[in-house]
Amino acid sequence: MAAIFTGAPPNSGPGYSFTQTPAPTSASEPRQHAFYPYTDNGGSTLGISSSTFTILAGDTRSTSGYNINTRYAPKLFHIDSADPSSRLVLSVVGFAADGEALAERLDTVVKMYRYQHGKTISVGAAAQRLSHVLYGKRFFPYYVHAILGGLDEEGKGALYSYDPVGSYEREQCRAAGAAASLIMPFLDNQVNYKNQYMAGSGVGHELQQRDPRPLERKEVEELVRDAFTSAVERHIEVGDGLQMMVITKEGVEEVYRELKKD
Amino acid sequence: MNHLPQAWGRPRDDIYGAYNHAHLAPSHPTTHTQSPIVTGTSVIALKFRGGVVIAADNLASYGSLALHRREAAEKFNDKAVLGFGGDVSDMQYLDRYLNALAIRENYSSGSGAGEKASSTSTDASEEERAESLDNEGAGTGMAANNLHKYLQKLLYRRRSDFNPLWNHILIAGLSSPPPNAPDASPQPFLKSVDLLGTAFGAPSLATGFGAHLAQPILRRVVPDEEAVKKIDEATAVEAIRECMKVLWYRDARSLDRYSLAVVTKEGVRLSEDERVEGQSWEFAEGIRGYGTQVV
Amino acid sequence: MPGFDFSNHNRNAALHAQGVPLPKATSTGTTIVGCLYDGGVVIAADTRATSGPIVADKNCEKLHYISPQIWCAGAGTAADTEFTTALISSNLELHALSTGRAPRVVTCMTLLKQHLFRYQGHIGAYLVVAGVDPTGAHLFTVHAHGSTDKLPYVTMGSGSLAAMSVFETSWKRSLSRDDAVKLCADAIQAGIFNDLGSGSNVDVAKTTLMRNYITPNVREKKQRNYRFERGTTAVLAEKVIKREEISKYVTVHELGEEGVAGAAEKMDVDP
Repeated sequence: MAAIFTGAPPNSGPGYSFTQTPAPTSASEPRQHAFYPYTDNGGSTLGISSSTFTILAGDTRSTSGYNINTRYAPKLFHIDSADPSSRLVLSVVGFAADGEALAERLDTVVKMYRYQHGKTISVGAAAQRLSHVLYGKRFFPYYVHAILGGLDEEGKGALYSYDPVGSYEREQCRAAGAAASLIMPFLDNQVNYKNQYMAGSGVGHELQQRDPRPLERKEVEELVRDAFTSAVERHIEVGDGLQMMVITKEGVEEVYRELKKD
Repeated sequence: MNHLPQAWGRPRDDIYGAYNHAHLAPSHPTTHTQSPIVTGTSVIALKFRGGVVIAADNLASYGSLALHRREAAEKFNDKAVLGFGGDVSDMQYLDRYLNALAIRENYSSGSGAGEKASSTSTDASEEERAESLDNEGAGTGMAANNLHKYLQKLLYRRRSDFNPLWNHILIAGLSSPPPNAPDASPQPFLKSVDLLGTAFGAPSLATGFGAHLAQPILRRVVPDEEAVKKIDEATAVEAIRECMKVLWYRDARSLDRYSLAVVTKEGVRLSEDERVEGQSWEFAEGIRGYGTQVV
Repeated sequence: MPGFDFSNHNRNAALHAQGVPLPKATSTGTTIVGCLYDGGVVIAADTRATSGPIVADKNCEKLHYISPQIWCAGAGTAADTEFTTALISSNLELHALSTGRAPRVVTCMTLLKQHLFRYQGHIGAYLVVAGVDPTGAHLFTVHAHGSTDKLPYVTMGSGSLAAMSVFETSWKRSLSRDDAVKLCADAIQAGIFNDLGSGSNVDVAKTTLMRNYITPNVREKKQRNYRFERGTTAVLAEKVIKREEISKYVTVHELGEEGVAGAAEKMDVDP
């Protein structure tokens, strides 16, 4: 992952570094108030992949400022759902209009592949195409943090996460969006067992790390739900509904559950 | 050619003088809409069992100057009504644009609507014909969901060109049946799209100040899609009228005259001269000053 | 010298000019309301405190005690509302002792507006003042710049418009006490569910505080158990300080001893 995009989109003002701060513009010179083509619609998404499945999830709240636009605006898109063998799901969070445009672009790309080659695109190929689609708008980016989920050629769960300009990586789990900084440490600890040691396996630095293992579907669904109910408690832009898509070799299953609405 | 790529393809300085770069890039800024000028305020809408009700007040403002009455709600055809917030000139541009679209749609959909239209006077202006087409086009043409998608693409394209249409639009009406169930009855449809191309739908929607003041009232009436099936037209219209009253009380850029439209499968009922009724200023009785005054 | 210390002002102004942002204060991006009824007054508040988009406190108290019959709801910068109401509460107590009369709501409102006007809005306290005194029941709002307003129903904070929509549709003259409590609670809930700056529970004050009057946002039970096995966290170094040793620096009490409070407030932990 490109480090600059791992948190919120880089729209923040000056940091604490004195040398990098912009020179203050003098009050006398005319200032242009230009149109700003982006907004942040809040919300969070996450994805977890395991040995036989991938789960993507996102809350369904759409915000602008302190207002709730709607309590149901899906962030998960089943790509090329007309193809019964399609196992691709894209989640997008950030600027919703760009997210929707990106999902439609990928949908078209995947369909065109199927029409031209007479077979369903592999998740690896789709992942690389998505990266190229994002980089294609390098100087007017899609302002979204995308996560692509599917099953690889061996039938194992596959999960790819992207920054807004197309840097991507295959991972076990990833949280994105407003509450990413709240959810990601939880996933590190509960999926990859970071900072967990096996009790009694040694003393001091000799203590053995607890080894990660592929999780069961029920475990993952519970982790996802707990991650979101916790994010709802502590982040004002997350809430209303939880949309989950479970990708298995049988197909893509959609689950919707209510979240708190305050 | 010399070793300076910058000079390639340009007249030679030693013969023609220094190249005037001002010809390449104009020094003045682009003159796209950078902020709205004449604006309309809130548009509010609510779904009910079998249809949608939408309302907007008839005021156009020039900053804090109340300018004139405006058309705030626009009938597209028998299945869709538009409500505009934001810049009035951009709204009128879209109105003209959509009228032309409606004409094209009616000619190409060809299920009798075109014939009826051609029976009107041959030298009628395009707009007059569009008017008659609107009214005759029942059962043909774009449904509300098609129109919404069209406008979403239009506004997103314009924002991507850095030349936005400074509007927040509500599209209310009936949706066309999904491709996998062509015989399904049309469902109430309500979605919005703004100057950035952001689109979302909900049981109730409001733009501008209405998003702060009217939306909480409307959400109490229809908290979710389940509730939509439980309320009838009269209840929905009453809730919308109540909201227009509250906006008149508390929105400084509002008017007590508004347009109200109801879309059902019977068609569109648009009334452009509704008034805020049953006002109560009871709270003002007995108020003296702002602190210690008692007389 | 009493009052505020401005010795860092020039340094901070210089830093700010260089582009260093101001530190983020906890704000009560809030819904607070008040409503007069026949013979009394009710105020109510939500219980969410925020720091940017993060919820700093899920169940904070925004209704502040001023005097036995006067309460104050605060929105804006959390510290400013707390210190301003505490200061005016003290001054009003001294005033009551010196005059030998029950404090009046207008006196409280006047002290608040004069204090806030002096600081020209730099004290970010937005208050709803309510109470009962020998002259009757009174309700005021006080803005950070010192302006005040007197109305039969008032709202303030980021959820003020959502709450006002309830008053403008449901308020009637001559309400009963229970009706006024219900109306205020409904107004707060409009803020809780429509304004992202407001959330969690409803607090109501008549002349006594009804803490967590409504709790519409109780968290569901967690799906899993996150209790770690003892020894899961690596111990890299260990040092035991005996009681005799620490007694050289501090006084040590055994927990459960007479006069020593146990754990101040019970923490919410997984079983």
